[in-house]
Amino acid sequence: MTPTPQSRLGATPSRTRLMGTPVATVMFGSLIGALLPIVAQSPTLPPFGLLFLLAWRLLHPTLWPLWIGVPLGAFDDLATGAPLGSAVFLWTAVMIAIEMIDRRIFWRDYWNDWLIALVAVAFCLLGGALFARIAGSHAPFWLLLPQILWSALAYPLMVRLTATVDRWRIMA
Amino acid sequence: MVQPSRRRPGVNRRAQYGLFASYVIAVTGALFGLLLIIVARADPAGFAVLRSAIAEVTRPVSGSLQRLVSGVGSLDENIVAYVNAGSQNAALRRQVDANRTRLIEAAAIEQENLRLKKLLNLVQNTQGNLATARLIGSTTSITRRIARIDAGRSRGVLPGMPVRAPEGLIGRVIVSGPNTADVLLLTDSQNIIPVRRAKDNIAAICTGLDDGTVEIRPLNPGNNPFRPGDIMVTTGTGGLYSPNIPVAIVVSQRNGMAIGVPLASPARVEAVVVQRPYDIDLAPPLDQGDAPRNEADAAKRAQQK
Repeated sequence: MTPTPQSRLGATPSRTRLMGTPVATVMFGSLIGALLPIVAQSPTLPPFGLLFLLAWRLLHPTLWPLWIGVPLGAFDDLATGAPLGSAVFLWTAVMIAIEMIDRRIFWRDYWNDWLIALVAVAFCLLGGALFARIAGSHAPFWLLLPQILWSALAYPLMVRLTATVDRWRIMA
Repeated sequence: MVQPSRRRPGVNRRAQYGLFASYVIAVTGALFGLLLIIVARADPAGFAVLRSAIAEVTRPVSGSLQRLVSGVGSLDENIVAYVNAGSQNAALRRQVDANRTRLIEAAAIEQENLRLKKLLNLVQNTQGNLATARLIGSTTSITRRIARIDAGRSRGVLPGMPVRAPEGLIGRVIVSGPNTADVLLLTDSQNIIPVRRAKDNIAAICTGLDDGTVEIRPLNPGNNPFRPGDIMVTTGTGGLYSPNIPVAIVVSQRNGMAIGVPLASPARVEAVVVQRPYDIDLAPPLDQGDAPRNEADAAKRAQQK
């Protein structure tokens, strides 16, 4: 069950904290790649920004409006070095797709969530590679397979992390 | 269990309109993103101001983390060096003696070369080194191979400038901010470098494969003359990279193409040097896609002469 916001000492958390925390974690996730001093020879790190976005969206279906993928995707593009517009399109497409799934599957369980996240990550990574190919990059698609695998393995961890942050967020 | 979505407006008109509006905004935003990509042709140098603003913010963190972890990558080498220190010492001593004569000869040849160039009135900008920097990060989750250095416009680093390490070529600058710059690594498939084999003058084109290796394709069609162990250096054709910078060593052959590994591994080099373009009169590459093509064309033309 999603806990409803409850005050601990008679105070409700501020609106900034309630709405800002999820956005801040996704932006931090996008920045992880830029913050680490790694010079990667191939795409290695999972897209942490996307994983945070999926974790928040699947935990709290009504937390964000549908168009949240536009501003957060734009920031992700600028932070990761992808062409601007790539994550804007892919993330928004994922958010709309999850909305559609929510209308069909009334109750999601853990494995549904994981499968949704896996498909969404694969879609976004392959889509990003496709956009790079349109521009003349010749990166083969199999180069992304390890990254998709890491992302699938990292997702449960990201959900736990998001849930921990969520507890702090709503418990004033 | 996740509770079912409450985004069901029911009979409330206001909520229905709100939901519809959010769909419209989302779809418009997504299409706008698609349009941006098509218009900009997925150009990584686009929106450079915004990109370098983020780079400026992350620079202190990645810079200091880099200082903390530098040296970890070569830890194994240092340990092995201790194990066979004695025999290595003797071998190195012999090598130094042999190299000393070679160095003296090389210095003499260099001087002769300078004199001959003066005779020919062949003047080229050779005072190349502009700034020393450290690699503080890179793209880690996308297929482009772009690294970040901690020197920018404040130290004269501009897009189009070649970047090298003592061991060999790293790439060239594509975006430069106030204190950071993004470098297109030579392993990126959009970085095309005219090269030649170091021991003879067989010209080739070096293209990145995006997986840490490069493909070396001879300019003359036919049998691939490159064998594992061959070292490729820049030709200086195209006016961007100065000649004789080590680029890659051939390690294998695949489908008639030689596969090489960069001699300067960006993951391990400590410091890099930003150089001025070799031929200063040459116009800097304007478009991200144009420069390598021009270089490749120039190399082909030079080969045909």
